[in-house]
Parts: sequence; structure tokens; C-alpha cells
Amino acid sequence: MKRLEAVRMEQCIGCHSCSLACARLVHKKLSWNTAGIRISSAGGLTTGFEAQVCVACDPAPCAEVCPTDALKQRKGGGVIVKHDKCIKCGKCAEACPVDAIYYEPESDLPYLCIHCGRCVPFCPHNCIELREIPTYEEE
Amino acid sequence: MKMDPNFSRVLHVDLNTGKSKALQIEDRHMHIGGSGLAAVLYDRYGIDDAPADDPRQPLIFAIGPLTGFYPLMSKVVCGFRSPYTDEWSESHAGGRLALSIRFAGYDALMITGKAEKLSALVVGSRSCEIENVTYLRGKDVFATGKFLRRFGKKNAGHRSAIRIGQAGERGVAYACINVDSFRHFGRMGSGAAMGFKNLKGIVVSGDGSFDLPEGKAYAEMMKDIYKDITETGKMKKYHDLGTPQNLIPLNELQALPWNNLQKTQDEGVEGISGETFAEQLLLRQAACAGCPVGCIHIGLLRQQFASEHEFLYKQVSYDYEPIFAQGSMLGITNAADVLALLDETEKLGLDCMSAGVALAWAAEATEKGYISQEETIVELKFGEMKGFLEGLKFIASGENAFYQALSRGSMAAAKLYGGEDFACVLGQEMAGYATGEVFFVASAYGFRHSHLDTGGYAFDQNNTEKNADKAIEFMLEDERGRIYINCMMGCLFARGTYGPEKLKEALTAAGFQNIADNLEEAGKYIQKLRWQLKCRTGFDVDAVKIPKRFTEVVTWKGEIDTGYMDEVAQRYASAIKEMAKCGE
Ligand code: SF4
Ligand code: SF4
Ligand code: SF4
Repeated sequence: MKRLEAVRMEQCIGCHSCSLACARLVHKKLSWNTAGIRISSAGGLTTGFEAQVCVACDPAPCAEVCPTDALKQRKGGGVIVKHDKCIKCGKCAEACPVDAIYYEPESDLPYLCIHCGRCVPFCPHNCIELREIPTYEEE
Repeated sequence: MKMDPNFSRVLHVDLNTGKSKALQIEDRHMHIGGSGLAAVLYDRYGIDDAPADDPRQPLIFAIGPLTGFYPLMSKVVCGFRSPYTDEWSESHAGGRLALSIRFAGYDALMITGKAEKLSALVVGSRSCEIENVTYLRGKDVFATGKFLRRFGKKNAGHRSAIRIGQAGERGVAYACINVDSFRHFGRMGSGAAMGFKNLKGIVVSGDGSFDLPEGKAYAEMMKDIYKDITETGKMKKYHDLGTPQNLIPLNELQALPWNNLQKTQDEGVEGISGETFAEQLLLRQAACAGCPVGCIHIGLLRQQFASEHEFLYKQVSYDYEPIFAQGSMLGITNAADVLALLDETEKLGLDCMSAGVALAWAAEATEKGYISQEETIVELKFGEMKGFLEGLKFIASGENAFYQALSRGSMAAAKLYGGEDFACVLGQEMAGYATGEVFFVASAYGFRHSHLDTGGYAFDQNNTEKNADKAIEFMLEDERGRIYINCMMGCLFARGTYGPEKLKEALTAAGFQNIADNLEEAGKYIQKLRWQLKCRTGFDVDAVKIPKRFTEVVTWKGEIDTGYMDEVAQRYASAIKEMAKCGE
């Protein structure tokens, strides 16, 4: 099992190419919000950048609170997302300890990383990687 | 949200009433967006016979149809009546503003009227508030940025905060608007245009999202363009040393202005070269949102503030033009000194190019005895940073009658104190290219008196023969090509990637077939409209003068050929009249 890791954010230039790619390719949107990875600066542009992205919990608090299995535990960490099962309760976004879920108000749906790796080739600075989850973390 | 290819969606904020309207501007196939949209908006809402500081004049920020769709479509045009020339003008900037406006759901923001109290406009896809920020009166650009970040916190990272400093509030004719700390609507005084409206800042949250166009064409096109930009190595230089890589080559060519353009070459260039900045001061690079190149260079300024080992550090962005204006032009040959001046300029919210060139004039006027310390308060001497640092503050504060004049430009000051011959003004304080006749003419007459209107400097460098026909043909052709890019609000660094044919394909894939099919027609229409607006708001082509200093320049080609320069100027003037049909 693999997961997306923002491993070298010190190298990030804040171009948002990763977010735009995820929105475009995974979520079929033109957006930088409805994306699994979202970039922000810690306090204005002078402090460098950080990534908001799913850290692939196991067990996943977001899946645990989801009443309808729209978010289901993925083997090795993270969740499998099924928007058609979502009843728009918004609980997942509240439960995520690292604010990795963007709850989009217009469609009333959660957007988060599914660890597919499609954003990786769009990062010009090699900040993000799809990595094998170490076996000691898997049960 | 959905995008309608036939209309531009414009948020019109009236600061008099505090109310806003979302307008639908029809005929997008004609105005396209960016420069074209701004011109159409001014044409409808601007008041030609009222001055720049009339509160009714619109202040416009427009993006292009492709903003957010493709890489390097990352710029915003600010359209306004220039406090410097009084004419219709434009200034362009990057940062995060373009994507923020796009994802707030607009193609442009247009502000008219004047707020009763100092205010900030806070806009998102589902919000529009005018906040009272009287507590920010007189606050510098950095402090203001910190306060403004309290608005739209939920959307941190996906918003943009633009603001003015003391210079904009006080109406300095070349005050700038700072965009996200490191970028600017620099030239022609947009900061004062915002100050006239009692508007200290604007926070735009890009918190909406759009459905993608149907089919695979767009994602495929995006992949191709992305590859072209990132894999072919053509953008590497912009990221590596960045634009300051030009200092050494231009100095070698004898085309780098030094000491108020008294010379074009100096050994001291080593101290302020792109290489020196990169090796000694470069902290990191950053990018405009939506651009994988990352050309923004941020230097580390470390300053001792007490006699003990006590230091503070600041991050200051630098580029070729700022290093020219507050380095070589002022005879400064130490990179850290340049950063110190740029940092102060940034804080005050001045355009670094105009401010540097204006101070360079003042230093020469002092040398020549036209003015003395009675006027300048501190000693302004080439090569000495400290005096200029104070001078910047005095320009912003309008400390005395002399600095009040200087805050209207070096020519305005020269008219009062003498020294017009060596005021380096080509429509506005010059850009950093002493390349010769065509560049001087292109800036003096150009639409926004910028080195970016046409590549006149490149023509000078690439052509040894003096052929006025060829020069005019080049300037007109190059301007047309740039108009397409400036309507899409693409970065000019990407003009190699986005030729007209590629733009058409990109537009079609993004759902703008109507614009693609009409691109040439629209280009001609917009070019004409822009020149008409400039002429209608006071530009007199026949009154343009090129100061004597420019005729005294010696470049690698030898002395300036004034006959050739006059010929190019006259021919360009008639071409402009022809384009604008001025007086018709
Ligand atoms: S979305 Fe948040 S809670 Fe759910 S698995 Fe990822 S990090 Fe954990
Ligand atoms: S790994 Fe996939 S889902 Fe996660 S941010 Fe990247 S593209 Fe989006
Ligand atoms: S693509 Fe890479 S450099 Fe750009 S914002 Fe994302 S992580 Fe940072």
C-alpha cells in the first residue's frame, strides 16, 4: 500500500500545481480547494509553505464517524471515498485531526486525498512523493 | 460554479454607497479579458474629462479567460487613471491575486467612489464586505499585510492581500500596490489611485470551484503545456539566477544605466550582479500561484540594530529592474545596500523603479548645484546608501516642498529647480535598459511607458543597422503579440509557449471557442481601444519629448544617433495616431 507524503516541503515554492492537478484529474474541478493536497503559507508568504494533506490514519477517525460508509477505512491507512453514499453531515471534516478534509459548501461534499499519486509529476520541486507504507506501520 | 464563455463576470463595488453588483459584461469574444476587459470597463464607467483623483474614476483588477486553467496564466492587470500622467493606464502583477479572483468567481473587480473612512474590501465567492480599517492609517505595507490577514482566515493560502503604504495614502504619483508581500502593481501610481478611494487594502478569497469543461481535451492540453514549460529547460534561467542574470551582460554591452545614466558601464557591477545576489543573499525562490517556474527571488537582509551582536533579519524580493533602479542608477555597488533600500521602498509602498530613478536625478542635481541640502535635508550622493534611505522616507511623507515636487516625478521637480536635461524620464522614470534609440522611443511613446509594451531593448540589441522601417514594423508587431498575452493575463516569460496558434487551441480546450475564433479581430479592436482611451484622457503624441540625457548616452554601438532616433519617434507617433485615430 502506498500513501502520498509531503516529504520535502522546505523546497516548496507555493505554485499550487499539485492542488490544481488533483482537482483537475481526480475531482474533475477547476479549483485549488477541492483537492486532496492544499498549500498554505504559515503566516504570510515570508514563512514558507506547508501542505494540508491526509496522513493516512489507521484507524481513520473520519471513517469512524461517517454514518453511511461514504468514507471507509482503506487497508494500510487513509480512506476510500464514495460521494454517492454521502448524506452531507460534515462530521468527517470535523473529525480529521490534521484538517485534511475540505468540505465544499456548494456541492456539500468532502474532498480529500485518496493517495493515488497523480499530483506527484506536477510538482516542479520534488516536494511530494507516493511512498510505500512501511510494514511496521501496517498490522 | 459555472463559467459562461460569452460574458465576463465583474464585481462592481461602489464605495460611496457600500453596495456591490455582479455585472455580466457581454461580448467576451471582443474584449477577451485582462487589458481588453479593463479597457471596455473604463470606456463604460470612466470619466474622460475628470482628473485621476476624482472618486468616480474606476479602479479595475482583471484576469483573463485562461487564468487558473493553464500554467503561467498568473497575472492581473490593474487599470486606472494614472496619478502620474492623468491618462488611462495599466500595471500588471502576479502573486496569488489572479487565482484568488478566479476562484472567487469573477473576471474582474471594479471599484468606484470613495469610502468615507479608510476601508478594506474583503471579497470571496460568497462574501463581499467593506471593513472600516481606520486603525491602519499610516501603517506600512508589512504591518498592513499582517492586519489584513485577519480577514478570510478560513481560506489561508488560497487568498490574496493587496495593500498600499504611506505613499499610496498620501497620493505620491508613483505609489504602488503591494501584492502578497513580494509582487507589485508597480508603475504609474496605482497605489495613489487606490488611496484616492480611501481604500487601504483588498483581500480576495479564492474559495469557490468550477466544473471542468466536458471531455478530455482540456486535461490533455494542460499536460502538454505543462510539459513544454517544465521539461524543455527554457524557463530554467528565470528560476536560477532570475532576471538579475542580466546585470553583467548589460554592463558588458555598455547598456546598464549608472549614476543617473551618466555612464553605461562600471566595474562595480560585480557587487550587485545576479551571481552575487544568489551566492550571498538568496534565501529562496517562490512562485506566483499557478506557475511552476518560481522566478520570485527572495534575499535575506541581516541588519545589526545595536552595537552588541544583535541582529534582525528581513526577507526582501529582488529582480533586475529594482537592482538597476536602486543599485547601479544610484551608484550603489553593494548587494546588501540595495536590499536595504528595497526593503524601505517596500514598506513605504513606493514604486522602486520610479523612486530610485527620481533619487538618482536628485543626486546629480545636487552634484551640479541645482539643489543643496537645504532642499534634500540629507546628503544625496551616488554610492552612499544612507542618504537615499532617508530620501525615500521623505518622498513618501512629502517632507518639504522639494520632496513634494519629487513625489510627482523627477521632471516635475526639475521644472521647478532646473536640471530637466538629465531627468531620466521616458513617459515615466526610465527602465533599466540603455540599449539605444528604439528602446528610448518605445518607452517614451509606449502605451504604459514600460519596457514591457514592446521589446524595443531586444531590437536594439539584435540589430546593428539603423532601419526605421524595420524598427516600426517590429514595435507594432511585437505590441500586437503582447496584447494577446495581456488579455489572457499570461506572464510575459511564457510568450514563447503561448503563441497565437497555441492560445487558440488552449482557449478551445478550455471552452472558449468563441474567443479562439475571433482572436485576431479582438486583438485589433483592443489595441485600438487602448490607444483611444489613452489619447482621450490626455495623451498628446506630438508633445512627447526625449530628454537630452538620452542623446548623450554611449553604448557598445557608440553614440546615440539623434537623427535615427527622431525618425523612429516621428514614425511611431504617426503609427500611434493611425491606430488610435486620435482626433476622430
Ligand atoms: S482524512 Fe484525516 S482523519 Fe481521515 S484518514 Fe486522512 S488524515 Fe486521517
Ligand atoms: S495523491 Fe491523488 S488524491 Fe492525493 S492529492 Fe495527489 S492527486 Fe490528489
Ligand atoms: S507542486 Fe510542489 S512546489 Fe508546487 S505547491 Fe505543490 S508541493 Fe509546492
